Amino acid sequence: MSDHSSEAHSHGSVKSYVIGFVWSVILTGIPFWMVMTEAFDKGPTYIAIVVLAIIQIFVHLKYFLHLDFSEQGKLDTYSFIFSAVIIIMVVALSVWIIYASNAMMM
Amino acid sequence: MSGFLGKLSWDALPYDPIVITTLCVVAVVGAIVAFLVIKNNLLGVLWRDWLTSVDHKKLGIMYIVLAFVMLVRGFADAIMMRLQLALATNGDPGYLPPHHYDQIFTAHGVIMIIFMAMPFMIGLMNIVVPLQIGARDVAFPFLNNLSFWLAASGAILVNISLGLGEFAKTGWVAYPPLAGLEYSPGVGVDYYIWALQISGIGTTLTAVNFLVTVFKMRTPGMKLMDMPIFTWTCTWANILIAASFPILTAVLAMLTLDRYLDFHFFTNDGGGNSMMYINLFWAWGHPEVYILVLPAFGIFSEIVSTFTGKRLFGYKSMVWATASISILGFIVWLHHFFTMGSSANVNAFFGIMTMIIAVPTGVKLFNWLFTMYRGRLRITVPVLWTLGFMVTFTVGGMTGVLLAVPGADYVLHNSLFLIAHFHNTIIGGAVFGYLAGFAFWFPKAMGFHLNVKLGKAAFWCWLVGFFLAFMPLYVLGFLGMTRRLNHTDNPDWNIWLYIALCGAIVIFAGIICQFLQLFVSFRDRKQNLDTTGDPWNGHTLEWSTASPPQFYNFAELPIVSDIDAFTDMKEKGTAYQRKESYAPIHMPKNTSAGIIMGGLLTAFGFAMIWHIWWLAIASLLGTVATFIVRAYTKDVDYYVQPDEVAQIENEHLDNVAKG
Repeated sequence: MSDHSSEAHSHGSVKSYVIGFVWSVILTGIPFWMVMTEAFDKGPTYIAIVVLAIIQIFVHLKYFLHLDFSEQGKLDTYSFIFSAVIIIMVVALSVWIIYASNAMMM
Repeated sequence: MSGFLGKLSWDALPYDPIVITTLCVVAVVGAIVAFLVIKNNLLGVLWRDWLTSVDHKKLGIMYIVLAFVMLVRGFADAIMMRLQLALATNGDPGYLPPHHYDQIFTAHGVIMIIFMAMPFMIGLMNIVVPLQIGARDVAFPFLNNLSFWLAASGAILVNISLGLGEFAKTGWVAYPPLAGLEYSPGVGVDYYIWALQISGIGTTLTAVNFLVTVFKMRTPGMKLMDMPIFTWTCTWANILIAASFPILTAVLAMLTLDRYLDFHFFTNDGGGNSMMYINLFWAWGHPEVYILVLPAFGIFSEIVSTFTGKRLFGYKSMVWATASISILGFIVWLHHFFTMGSSANVNAFFGIMTMIIAVPTGVKLFNWLFTMYRGRLRITVPVLWTLGFMVTFTVGGMTGVLLAVPGADYVLHNSLFLIAHFHNTIIGGAVFGYLAGFAFWFPKAMGFHLNVKLGKAAFWCWLVGFFLAFMPLYVLGFLGMTRRLNHTDNPDWNIWLYIALCGAIVIFAGIICQFLQLFVSFRDRKQNLDTTGDPWNGHTLEWSTASPPQFYNFAELPIVSDIDAFTDMKEKGTAYQRKESYAPIHMPKNTSAGIIMGGLLTAFGFAMIWHIWWLAIASLLGTVATFIVRAYTKDVDYYVQPDEVAQIENEHLDNVAKG
């Protein structure tokens, strides 16, 4: 089987998991609060939800999946690029598709 | 509140004579198989050597057995539909009432894609990929076993739906609002959801497993651009799985929440949008068809190269064409719903992207033609499938480009033209490919040859039957017949429906030949042993092992310096070398955790379908507990001792020398 000892992969510490968890809670809490209290108009609220969601994806990648540009070499970078490409293709194109079909209904 | 057995009651038992007859036949066949297993004392062998095995080759064989079983089920659905449509003309209601017919076309689609084609593809990948890259197993052998049992669990749920309750009546795409609680209050859609959800998670795990295997466990000297082409196409398929199956998981989870917890992701009230389901379903569904067909392209490449005795023409362009297809395949999904009425810009973008895919696919076709050019093509069964594919798939590809024009799609959408097109590509592309790969690697996996005559007969029946069954559907599409009709009343259509039924019967003959071939080959196996391990004068590392391969695959990891690694070794005279001594080999132990988790998750799915909450909670906790126990088990591996390795290797080398 593959020799696991040769890879000095960091699996994170309690501290890094707590940091990731706190960030995720904050990044989930803000949009939840915005929706529940209706403190802002719909437009800014939508944009804030999407932006905070994308930030949270990267928080997950860094703190829970331990992806890192600097130290771990090529494969982690590929994983990052892969995630970015999927986000752009699936999310952006879906938004475009649904937005355009909604626009046709008006 | 629901009772002890949730929604399950005597009403769930079937009353339809067709279903009851089917169940009786299944019960008799099952009893005969169980009797034979017990009478020949095979229960222990079955459990120890197969069901709990973590050996990728055995898991591959079990995947293919699953695929064949489900092929029978899916094909039974197909021929029932064709018979119904041939009988129910001129206003006759036929023999299948709509509520039964609707379940059949849904089950046919789900089974053929998820439980026939996927297991077949994953089975071939399991058998071949680790051998081709010179690895001793996959990166996570237990996970591989678990993935198989998750796939089997989904298949079991689909089959239970035949006897208890109903299957979805929504078509295999299960679009809301039809698939929502309001219009599908029964358990059919729930069977659909949990069967796909459980098996889909297994597929995702398989992809992760094989990606790690390919990136981390290639034999020394094998760079990425030295990997055999089948491994490359599987790798791209796995990348597509890793990227797209989570979308299916998510969209099914949302539909589950809609149906179970009164959410409204896809309902019109409460601000939901059913268009989003269609969008997300196809964001998975389109990559899915490339997941099916890319490995088939790899199989054809290996076969063309092997049987012309030449190196594959344009290896690099083949790898990059596969890459382009994978990436483009991810941005074309809207062509499944041009008629949803998004904007003209959206339709134009997705239409053009779809047409562009024809370019890398054309590159592949020309690569195969140029590989054959001035080669001495040996007309074997795998080659016949390949040639049949090249003709059939080209027709299917061209009708696909036609459908990619949004304007034309508005005319042909949901017509039988579309049905003809995707059967043309999936049967003519993927299924022909798997059957070619089956014939090609069968001697490797099983150690004996398949009967050639019956193999050729199966091919010709499939090919002729395919054209007879599906060319009329193109015509019917142009004549205006839409899909999923239960009965028709248009005399112009009748003749084409009759021809299509004849085609289905010819395909049926092909499937019978396929099973006869297995039976005859198994009966005569002693006379047709493959003793050398290299029956076709192969190019890649899997042919350097014995047939069937040693359980540890390679006594010593081969050192590779060429794309056609085994040809290179044979030419340099370094193949089949006897070693003075061998090192101990580190191997994983078999485990029952996979089948236990698969069984518990089947119970979980069943409990969720029938709202038996106590069973759902208990089986889910049981699954997690089994996983935790397995995760903390230290006794998972062992070493094969050098004298055992030496004995096995010497036996193989003696056979090669005799052969």
